[in-house]
Amino acid sequence: MSAFLTVVRPGLFATIQDLGRFGFQELGMPVAGALDPVALRLANALVGNPQGMAGLEIALLGPVLRVDSPAVRIAAVGPLAMTLEREGEATRPLEPHRSHSLRQGDLLRLGAVDGASVAYLAVAGGFALAPVMGSLSIYVRAGIGPLGGRPLGQDDRLPLARDGAADGPPDEPDLELPQPPEYGVGPLRVVLGPQDDRFTEQALATFLSAAYHVGKQADRMGLRLEGPSLKHRGSADIPSDGLVTGSIQVPGNGQPILLLNDHQTAGGYTKIATVISADLPRAGRLRPGDRLSFQAVTVDEAEAIRRRQEQAISGWIRAIRPVRPAGGIDLEALYAENLISGTVDIVNGGSDLPLV
Amino acid sequence: MAAVDDDRVRSVGVEIRFTTAGDSAFNVEFGEAIDRATNARVMALHARLKAAPPPGLVETVPTFRSLLVVYDPVATGRREMQAAVEAALAGSNAAAAEGRLWRLPVCYDPDLGPDLAELADGLGLTVERVAELHGSAEYFVYMLGFMPGFGYMGDLPAELERPRRTEPRVRVPAGSVAVAGRLTTVYPWESPGGWHLIGRCPVPLYDAGRADPVLLTAGDRVRFEAVDRAAFDGIAQAVAAGRFDPASLRAAS
Repeated sequence: MSAFLTVVRPGLFATIQDLGRFGFQELGMPVAGALDPVALRLANALVGNPQGMAGLEIALLGPVLRVDSPAVRIAAVGPLAMTLEREGEATRPLEPHRSHSLRQGDLLRLGAVDGASVAYLAVAGGFALAPVMGSLSIYVRAGIGPLGGRPLGQDDRLPLARDGAADGPPDEPDLELPQPPEYGVGPLRVVLGPQDDRFTEQALATFLSAAYHVGKQADRMGLRLEGPSLKHRGSADIPSDGLVTGSIQVPGNGQPILLLNDHQTAGGYTKIATVISADLPRAGRLRPGDRLSFQAVTVDEAEAIRRRQEQAISGWIRAIRPVRPAGGIDLEALYAENLISGTVDIVNGGSDLPLV
Repeated sequence: MAAVDDDRVRSVGVEIRFTTAGDSAFNVEFGEAIDRATNARVMALHARLKAAPPPGLVETVPTFRSLLVVYDPVATGRREMQAAVEAALAGSNAAAAEGRLWRLPVCYDPDLGPDLAELADGLGLTVERVAELHGSAEYFVYMLGFMPGFGYMGDLPAELERPRRTEPRVRVPAGSVAVAGRLTTVYPWESPGGWHLIGRCPVPLYDAGRADPVLLTAGDRVRFEAVDRAAFDGIAQAVAAGRFDPASLRAAS
């Protein structure tokens, strides 16, 4: 049978994202993809998906989704409020950083994202949507990707690749990350260039010592930063060249722009530095008003930092474990058990559990 | 003072520079000027790396005078990737394959080219002469960027050279044929834009329904063919009805 998550209320800006649409930048096609790829990878790991599978990127305020499938396992990673409404039960909060087993008719209310710009929802098996140029990432500006290339809308139906029947054996427990992922604190690390030689010594020193904050113009394309002006040597313009996520371009007004995943593929402003790949998830989580500063590292250092980060991510994924009961009883596991088997299993040990 | 990465710039041959774009990309710069010879070297390296991608290469993005090399920093590293690119540079000098030649219809009706009269005035030319000059050249697609399918085409006849509009438009209609500096383009999407709009092309340069949604690729050549308003409307209707095959715009070189 067909199985869907149906959008009962769309929220403010939720899009399908995977790790990006690579290979088409030569045609002017932006990469797009998850602003916080680490969170998406972990959410996928919690529901047993390959790390790069597409999930739902939720900005600001999440959608309300109805489960129109016998069952589905979901997991959110990021600072997201969630509640579950199930017929005949009191509404209850669901925690991020663990999986939850949902059943037909459940209403999953994804609330405010608080503390970062985005959070991610993964569903076991992923979405049965047709990739565009090899990717399910939605690039809203040009309407590219599944769902017509736009954010979730009212009554959209997100088809599930798994119809729910095969969503793990009945006794498969939900899984949790022992600890939320750590992003580190302190300055965003950058490698100077490619046009750092087009800035004055004073501008470079200012860039690496001053505090900036994210202005109101902040979206998936980039963050306009506000702070001390950076002076060019000569013109701020160059013949347009390629851009990457994390490029920090400085137009003639001296105010830096940190480019994020939906950045255009090429641009004609000088770029003072590039955020290192390990710190892109932190950059992608920034919101208007957030303060930030920059620290220069070499490419060798950036590579070492990225390798350590990948080891940490592997470690977090290895540490994923069955949800442990808090305070002696795990209600979630109980609910999940009920969900998957369809009835309360009294015969096989259910009666040993304290009744609440 | 800022720490500068020792690896940031290294010369290979005379004028090639490697400039760093973080730990997952670098530029190979072949010069500063926007000219065909420089761009041809960019396209040749692009073609070579595409034909035989080194391990860890994600993609390469050709622009006017530089090639952006994007790699997976988990699978490889800067030193290995730069060495592979240097090897590709030192290898075969075969030029990139000759691009395709397209004949794009354009209607220079003032309704469809709202800047035509002003541009002609500023250049001291008649509207007809502007259209004639624009249609007289064969253009080269130096690069795509700004938005999917947006081609930067040169070289516009020198008589038509004018800087971008001082006040960019908030909305440029899709299909608008425009000029700025020594470049011309066709806007594939409705978007903001600061180029002078001199006409409209009825054939979409981006169409999600086509096997290759983006019509032009870097290295292609374009000739504009003036059509009157009736012909423009006819083609637009055929496109809307799905009866127009863009392959018919391919010309034998």
